[in-house]
Amino acid sequence: MAHAHTVSAAPRKGFWAVLKDWLTTVDHKKIAILYLLGGTIFFAIGGIEALLIRYQLMFPEFDAIPAQTFNELITMHGTTMIFFVAMPLVFAFMNAILPLQIGARDVAFPFVNALGFWLFFLGGLLLNISWLFQSVPDAGWTAYVPLSGPDYGSFGVNFYVMGLQISGLGSLIGAINFIVTVVTMRAPGMTFMRMPLFVWTSFITSALILFAFPAITVGLVLLMFDRLFGANFFDVSQGGNVVLWQHLFWIFGHPEVYILILPAFGIISEVVSTFSSKRLFGYSSMVFATVLIGFLGFMVWAHHMFTTGMGGIANALFAVATMLIAIPTGIKVFNWIFTLWGGKIRFTAANMFAAGFIPTFVMGGVTGVMLAVAPANFQFHDSYFVVAHFHYVIVGGIVMALIAGCFYWWPKMFGRMLDEKLGKWTFWTFYPGFHLTFFIQHFLGLQGMPRRVFTYLDGQGWNTGNLVSTIGAFLMAVGVIIFLVNVFKTAAKPAGAPQDPWDGRTLEWTIPSPVPEYNFKQLPVVRGLDAWWVEKSEGRKEMTPAEPLGPIHMPSPTILPFLMSIALFISAFGFMYANQPFDNDFIRFLFEKYVIAIAGLVMFFVCMIVRSLKDDPGYHIHPEELEGEGVHQ
Amino acid sequence: MSDVHAHAHGAHAHDGPLPPEPEKATLDGRNKILGFWMFLAGETVLFGSLFATFLALKDSVMGGPTGQELFSLPLVALATFILLTSSLTSVFAVQAMHRHDKKGIIQWLVVTVLLGLGFLILEIYEFVHYVHEGHAFSTSAFSSAFYTLVGFHGAHVVFGIAWISIIIGQVAVKGLTVVTAPKVYVTSLYWHFVDLVWVFIFTVVYLMGKLG
Repeated sequence: MAHAHTVSAAPRKGFWAVLKDWLTTVDHKKIAILYLLGGTIFFAIGGIEALLIRYQLMFPEFDAIPAQTFNELITMHGTTMIFFVAMPLVFAFMNAILPLQIGARDVAFPFVNALGFWLFFLGGLLLNISWLFQSVPDAGWTAYVPLSGPDYGSFGVNFYVMGLQISGLGSLIGAINFIVTVVTMRAPGMTFMRMPLFVWTSFITSALILFAFPAITVGLVLLMFDRLFGANFFDVSQGGNVVLWQHLFWIFGHPEVYILILPAFGIISEVVSTFSSKRLFGYSSMVFATVLIGFLGFMVWAHHMFTTGMGGIANALFAVATMLIAIPTGIKVFNWIFTLWGGKIRFTAANMFAAGFIPTFVMGGVTGVMLAVAPANFQFHDSYFVVAHFHYVIVGGIVMALIAGCFYWWPKMFGRMLDEKLGKWTFWTFYPGFHLTFFIQHFLGLQGMPRRVFTYLDGQGWNTGNLVSTIGAFLMAVGVIIFLVNVFKTAAKPAGAPQDPWDGRTLEWTIPSPVPEYNFKQLPVVRGLDAWWVEKSEGRKEMTPAEPLGPIHMPSPTILPFLMSIALFISAFGFMYANQPFDNDFIRFLFEKYVIAIAGLVMFFVCMIVRSLKDDPGYHIHPEELEGEGVHQ
Repeated sequence: MSDVHAHAHGAHAHDGPLPPEPEKATLDGRNKILGFWMFLAGETVLFGSLFATFLALKDSVMGGPTGQELFSLPLVALATFILLTSSLTSVFAVQAMHRHDKKGIIQWLVVTVLLGLGFLILEIYEFVHYVHEGHAFSTSAFSSAFYTLVGFHGAHVVFGIAWISIIIGQVAVKGLTVVTAPKVYVTSLYWHFVDLVWVFIFTVVYLMGKLG
């Protein structure tokens, strides 16, 4: 086993060998690349959907896209971008960097990690495959009942219900993996208060995922029961309650916002500190603020429901709790500014995105506090003001941080530096494009333009704003295309990035780029915050090893995670199409009697049993093999 | 972390005689136990959401039978007694494991599985009976919420029975090792959790339902 795997550094492998390698990998660095690739594919789809939305809204009474298709586009754009772009890209960096930053050889559960990826990917595929079946979810990304229920929702909502359940399971187990990794796998000397801030934010995010995702899973299960098995959870005529869905959705949905933004805060903290050549200002207050945001994130879900009619007292409590979040967030913003203050700042592409992030995110935060004012919220509700607000925090916050993370960690992940000049071009198209698109939407909202309308009448004063917004969206698209060109151009270059190209501070910069399969030849001893900087400032060229050179144990690759995800994918189809009138008697029998649905579940459980019965002895990489190893791609 | 020389995956790292707590002898074992506690935290939110749903909808009987009319406390109390006893027997299995008594583990796990099956038979009997009383899944919001909450728990019992059975087979064939020990321990954690959820179901669904 060891040899089959280690000789793969040989020049060229056949297509099937490469495919098998990627389908069976349990290496967190390769899973990171898979997350990055999967997230980028869905980003392209979600981005095209966004451009089509903006194209339709370019002029009043424009009829480029029919109303039904428009509803499908906004639903799929929102769902895709949150669940299948932001989530996997955050997971990509958590996989690629978190184990390296804590000085670990691997994650706690490599198998579970791989399973998490494949569940995410096939869940996303299931959702997006709805376009091919011409039956696309159309009830908005929040899928409020009764619009998404059996009476009004189209068949396409089933794809939403099933796809999100499968991918949600993947996120949940991925989070468990990272929590345990952080608790038990830290290198000697890496105490909790010496962990880089990206590790802290990923750790808290994982805890949020753990407590938030089961709530939406229950919501989706109830909706599935209503739609497929005649349950009455949301059927008011049978005593059901539509507000119940809103609660379950937002008990998940609000923490989800922090699930995404906390790792973004982590990335910004790493980038700002590295490129200011300064230790992060107020490290312990940053950790405190992260934990506090995570805690408060669970206390505010009903601020999405101010207009539902919960009553004054509930609205007041949730309004105040929401405003409280501005305090830890403000702590973070000031700490970043104080980190930059007096630093030897280098404006690399990564740092431009990080520096651009700070004012943009503050703007999103300010409108967030405005929306938290419950009486004012009755005016803002369901208007473009809300659209502007959440795009400022998601695009201006999360996406900016993710792009900064790409430029910063690309050499570590791929062994090649992204082109800095093209990176700056990306910034100078994407950043103005972003503000052009969304800044004006605040005013469209204040002038009364409702969200989720497929067109609007002439003469309401909204024409210029919408035109400007659409132009901005296409400018953003130019920025993204320049970034993709950069990626392809970089991939064509020979690998040769230095180990520590940015004069970094944390442990990932102490090992070669790209990172060898086993990460650390010898686990390092950590002697302080910014472990690598501590050693460099004392004139050392490498970390002090904590162990002698010896054989390194690695887990074996396995196809089971892929098969298990395929099994649930098949089963979901079986359940979705159970009540469809197929012409062919045999096919009808297969679906009507749940043969396919049950076959998928059986396949899933058989894989679980195989996994339980078959012990994985793994394999060893021996010291003599350790020289000159790189990650194989 | 304490043992600096441990490898990334410690399953193989242990040689020599079995320690008193074999489930925590390797990093893999410790990871598994901590990871499973995390999983149970997620399960708590899952059942919490189902309980909240049930509480929100429990009075929406829409002309169908109410809990007060349906529930027979002696039957449910018997089911509760059986399930709680099975929690005790799974503790005996873990104690046997700490004595390195392979036969004891298997015997107590078999008793646990049998008690679980007894509970399941009572639950199936109960559900069939309710359906005959006109309390089907689609009758009302109350009935949907009832079957979903209690049924989710029942599905957990089914899964637990199957899982513990597989672990019994593994202990019988592979013996008690640092690989099988964490599995025994983790199934026992799972079983306690399922029993704990039932205590809440007994209280919230049946006792409060009977009070009306």
